[in-house]
Amino acid sequence: MELWHTLISQMPFEWARYEFMRNALLAVLLVSPLFALLGCMVINNQMTFFSEALGHAALTGIAIGAVAGLADPTWAMLVFAGALTVVITVLRRYSAASTDTIVGLVMAFSVALGLVILSKYGGIGKYSKFLVGDILTISKPEITRLIIVIGAVLILWVIFFNKLFIVSLNRSLAQSRGINVWLVEFIFSMTVALVVTISIQWIGLLVINSMLILPAAASRNIAGNISDYTLGAVIISVIAGVSGLIVSFCFGTATGATIVLVSMGFFIASLIWRMRRG
Amino acid sequence: MSTVIDKLKRPPPPCGGCCTRLTDFGVSIGGALILRDFNLHVHCGELTAIIGPNGAGKTTLLKAMLGEIPHSGELHFVHSDGSSFGKPRIGYVPQKLDIDKTAPISVIDLFASVNSSFPLWLGHASSSKKKTMDMLKMVEAESYADMKISQLSCGQFQRVMLALALSPIPDLLLLDEPIAGVDKSGIEVFYRIVSRLRREYDLSIFLISHDIAEVANFADRIILLNRAMLCEGSPEKVLSSPELKTIFGINYSAVKSEIKKLGGSAVERHECPECASRIERENRNSDTGNN
Repeated sequence: MELWHTLISQMPFEWARYEFMRNALLAVLLVSPLFALLGCMVINNQMTFFSEALGHAALTGIAIGAVAGLADPTWAMLVFAGALTVVITVLRRYSAASTDTIVGLVMAFSVALGLVILSKYGGIGKYSKFLVGDILTISKPEITRLIIVIGAVLILWVIFFNKLFIVSLNRSLAQSRGINVWLVEFIFSMTVALVVTISIQWIGLLVINSMLILPAAASRNIAGNISDYTLGAVIISVIAGVSGLIVSFCFGTATGATIVLVSMGFFIASLIWRMRRG
Repeated sequence: MSTVIDKLKRPPPPCGGCCTRLTDFGVSIGGALILRDFNLHVHCGELTAIIGPNGAGKTTLLKAMLGEIPHSGELHFVHSDGSSFGKPRIGYVPQKLDIDKTAPISVIDLFASVNSSFPLWLGHASSSKKKTMDMLKMVEAESYADMKISQLSCGQFQRVMLALALSPIPDLLLLDEPIAGVDKSGIEVFYRIVSRLRREYDLSIFLISHDIAEVANFADRIILLNRAMLCEGSPEKVLSSPELKTIFGINYSAVKSEIKKLGGSAVERHECPECASRIERENRNSDTGNN
């Protein structure tokens, strides 16, 4: 990590002089490919609403953490997001309601619970940083934590991707291949929950889902097979992440939101490309 | 590698009358009874068509057989000597796969995902490409390998799905309305391929269909389903049954002219004594029914 700081500080840019920017750049370079990988699968699985719900659930995790007197609400958020994932999985399996309905009402419940707790114990304003997110505050230990999560996801993606892909294509088809559909979906949901939750304080819960989805959605318009799709999403995500970070530094805007706007540009471009091609 | 392909190409030895047996099979979802009291015994090499109105539980039956939804009763796969299979290999062609038109999935992706453990997002191993081509040849679809699956026509796509269901060659093949939305020539190609594969590999096939006349040409046995098994037997028996008339309002004699070869079985079967006596009984019944 020292090497990283030495290298970047040699660069002839104003932002490269600041340690927080060097940390943020490293974090963006780590988070954006991770988000792209997950985002591709979230879209394949039609789980965009689920990841949105997880972002909102983080608010409740924060509230519970605050009531419990935790200085760092990450653990409370993780536990709460995990619990919600379990609830959603169980409801999907055992109730006749559609997934949209289940995710919608679980999200409504968790947001309401979060707001009730925060309004009772005060401090909704105190937690606004989770709404907008601030990647410039990322610290070295947090980057280390991020690297561990990325390593785990990469390993999972190597051993687990094909199964997950078949499940996303058709559950019955996967079942006919002897795949435990519910287990695969649960592991994937938990992974999304983990990544969304640990990234939320840097990205912000209002825009985190767009950051997850947009690069994959843009790449989807262009790609003809799965490896192009993934590669395209990673490239778009990294370019949008780095350029969004630097633009946000120059103009003093919220980083997560700026990255999302740049990604949106890529998405619109890909859409136009697709439409012109017919 | 070549031995694997040889194995795929070589028909397995005639299996000597293995059976699929469903006993008191039933399904309920969210407290609602979808399917009840389903009893069935079929042999390998037999094609069983399942017909019934919308909402009759046809797809549910297949999904329960796959193990995707829980069921009551028992499902056994047994050898002719009565010993049980471990887990049978099931090939499944789903009812019209709803694929997002933008889904960036190539035909090779589809095959590699089930045949190879090499993660798709890193590309394909050359061995899985070779294997895919071999499987596609079986359904006369080798030219589709690099196409996006959303670019295929219904008929082309269903043939690709059939090839997918056949790799590896299964013990039991479940087809859920495989030809819905396929044009006439596509349907002929599909049935021709299924007939050939059935002969070559001695497959037990369950086929859900809406086209009763088509099914009568093609199946060894028809099951009329509406939440329970209403009628079961040779195409002739089921098509002339009062139950069919009640459900579909079809006059059998109108359909009959379209039926060229009733009950035309493509496979020489090795019957177990239990089945032989059942079939004999059925034939007797349908004879007396016709006289």
